Amino acid sequence: MRVGLFVTCLADTMFPAVGRATVSLLERLGHEVTFPADQTCCGQMHVNTGYQRQALPLVRHHTEVFADCDVVVAPSGSCVGCVRHQHRLVAERYGDRKLVAAATRSAERTYELSELLVDVLGVDDVGAYFPHRVTYHPTCHSLRLLRVGDKPLRLLRNVAGIDLVELPGAEECCGFGGTFAVKNADTSTAMLADKMRHVLDTGADVLTAGDSSCLMHVGGGLSRLRSGTRTLHLAEVLASTEDSPTPSAEPDVSLDCSGVSAAERQAQRGGTG
Amino acid sequence: MTETFLGLPTTAPRGVGHLRGDRSFPAAAREALSDSQLRHNLAHATSTIRAKRARVVGEVDDWEPLRLAGEAIKTATMARLDEHLLTLEAAVTARGGVVHWARDANEANGIVTELVQATGETEVVKVKSMATQEIGLNEALAEAGIAAYETDLAELIVQLGDDQPSHILVPAIHRNRAEIREIFLREMPGVPRDLTDDPPALAEAARRHLRAKFLSAKVAVSGANFGIAETGTLLVVESEGNGRMCLTLPETLITVMGVEKLLPTWRDLEVFLQLLPRSSTGERMNPYTSAWTGVTPGDGPQAFHLVLLDNGRSAALADEVGRSALHCIRCSACLNVCPVYERTGGHAYGSVYPGPIGAVLSPQLTGVQDNASLPYASSLCGACFDVCPVRIDIPSILVDLRRRHVEETAAGGRVPSGEQVVMAAAAWVMSDVGRWRRAGRAGRLGRLLARRRGQIGTLPPPLSGWTTSRDLPAPPEETFRDWWARTRAPGR
Repeated sequence: MRVGLFVTCLADTMFPAVGRATVSLLERLGHEVTFPADQTCCGQMHVNTGYQRQALPLVRHHTEVFADCDVVVAPSGSCVGCVRHQHRLVAERYGDRKLVAAATRSAERTYELSELLVDVLGVDDVGAYFPHRVTYHPTCHSLRLLRVGDKPLRLLRNVAGIDLVELPGAEECCGFGGTFAVKNADTSTAMLADKMRHVLDTGADVLTAGDSSCLMHVGGGLSRLRSGTRTLHLAEVLASTEDSPTPSAEPDVSLDCSGVSAAERQAQRGGTG
Repeated sequence: MTETFLGLPTTAPRGVGHLRGDRSFPAAAREALSDSQLRHNLAHATSTIRAKRARVVGEVDDWEPLRLAGEAIKTATMARLDEHLLTLEAAVTARGGVVHWARDANEANGIVTELVQATGETEVVKVKSMATQEIGLNEALAEAGIAAYETDLAELIVQLGDDQPSHILVPAIHRNRAEIREIFLREMPGVPRDLTDDPPALAEAARRHLRAKFLSAKVAVSGANFGIAETGTLLVVESEGNGRMCLTLPETLITVMGVEKLLPTWRDLEVFLQLLPRSSTGERMNPYTSAWTGVTPGDGPQAFHLVLLDNGRSAALADEVGRSALHCIRCSACLNVCPVYERTGGHAYGSVYPGPIGAVLSPQLTGVQDNASLPYASSLCGACFDVCPVRIDIPSILVDLRRRHVEETAAGGRVPSGEQVVMAAAAWVMSDVGRWRRAGRAGRLGRLLARRRGQIGTLPPPLSGWTTSRDLPAPPEETFRDWWARTRAPGR
């Protein structure tokens, strides 16, 4: 199948490894991935912070960029939630009938990664290998907006070598909530503290989830505590194979300007990481 | 145009009642979060009631159809609320009751005060009621020299403690039994000095204290869970039986009911009396359901007054997204599952309606600008929508109230805030791929902020809100799109 990748603005600029893992996973399963080069952002931050009118050009742009794709995948429950549930609202309020129709079409063809794999491509064993202790946090928007249910867990259970442990209080929000994390930083931190306590109680090496944003939040807290538990996106776990494993350790991110080009480092590292 | 324009519906007035806090939510929350006793009490109480609710809701095979029915009945009722209210008025009047219409808190307080004064009494007993808390009735009565005694156990604890309710169903949820014992010993006349914090002992002390009030009171004030238009029947649903004492023993009963509590027919109760107890107390059925219709000669109060309260409800009804907040049956299930409420408690919301439903209801009753921080007091996790027995899509209303707040603020013509500037700039950058690509590359400058470990540990305000408790990874050397362009043939 030919699948258009909506990498999301966050993965594009902050977590490109998540995008590379999504590409590598889908190609390994025999599918063709396209990357509509003009894509930017779904506008979720604007909509959820009250700037719906300002989101209109983003909604218009997004629907135009992906108009030619029959199937679109994004490695994010909340961005798919925005495309599926909010684009039409913005189009109805500020746009025109043409945009409403385009947003409706786009909503029907956009899938979160686990939905694409299980529902559209019909696989729940992607042939991955990841020999680490892992716990899974179901992000709020994948759980309650998209209703992905146990699809991510079905995919994870079939990963060879994995030691998958249940996360206590898994369905409780990590406290990210977009601009909530800054506007209500104290409450957000109180929620984060409980989420981190549950993660650390599992003894997992890796916390995984379907949203880079929530992982950035919990991971940022775990990093601050020097907890030793790292976060990896579901795509990075599923992309890992015996030949090309995703490392469970934090990558070496010494930030000296050594003059080594990104391409050379990429070649040194190999694979998707 | 021949019709008379009556003007837009007004919001709840300032300076009366308890719909506005004196601080923003983040400021009030900060204080609450550092109260370890409060945190403990809330975590214990909400997790207990969450589990109870989940258990009894899980027993009901047709829970989802019931929720859909509840939503459908409420939606249809609100669409013709004006007609149903007139039917209710006619039915109550025909059965010997007197109906009063109150546009706002001041009018409602004035009506109730005059009705009590007309009886010559200076004391009233009260059934637990959100509407009278909302309008600040107790304070208004006190100003007129009338003492109002709360008879719901939790409301009594709040009243004796000179406190404010922090939960719709369990107003004293922020108190544990040791604190309740201390309040009783301090404030309850004649309480035994060897009172323990054993719940039956505390309940017995309250029972003795209240019994004297029930037997002497001539006037009672109540709210209503439901008002049935076709028969003029009012209902109160409760656990303790103290409400029934107030509803049956006094000579005069005054009921203050928000106009949205109306149901067209008795048959509609079939749905709500299944939804409410399981959602609120986690019981299959509540112990006491009291219903009264006008005046029955020789039985119960011989004078009955119904005060129908608007206080911003018509304004909420006028908003096509927000109006479903009026469907609320005050079960509190959304409070008990809310990760924000569980940590901050109810007082942080500043209104008698706390938690997710309060965050969508209070700003609509007062106008968004008067409760501007409440729509943002949520991570939009959606747990509230899942448990709501009438399927109020609280996250969507929160998002829309944020929109209204942003647009009303911008229309106010003030100097744009930093946030407005940032959001406008971000939209400009993100709506064009060339600008976006350049911004992505410029973002790599953020790598200069990174300390060892590739993490950014401090950022200036307002982003310091992030870095006070979390690191931020340094931006990568290469964005995804640059990787794609470098490794893949162009045009793919």
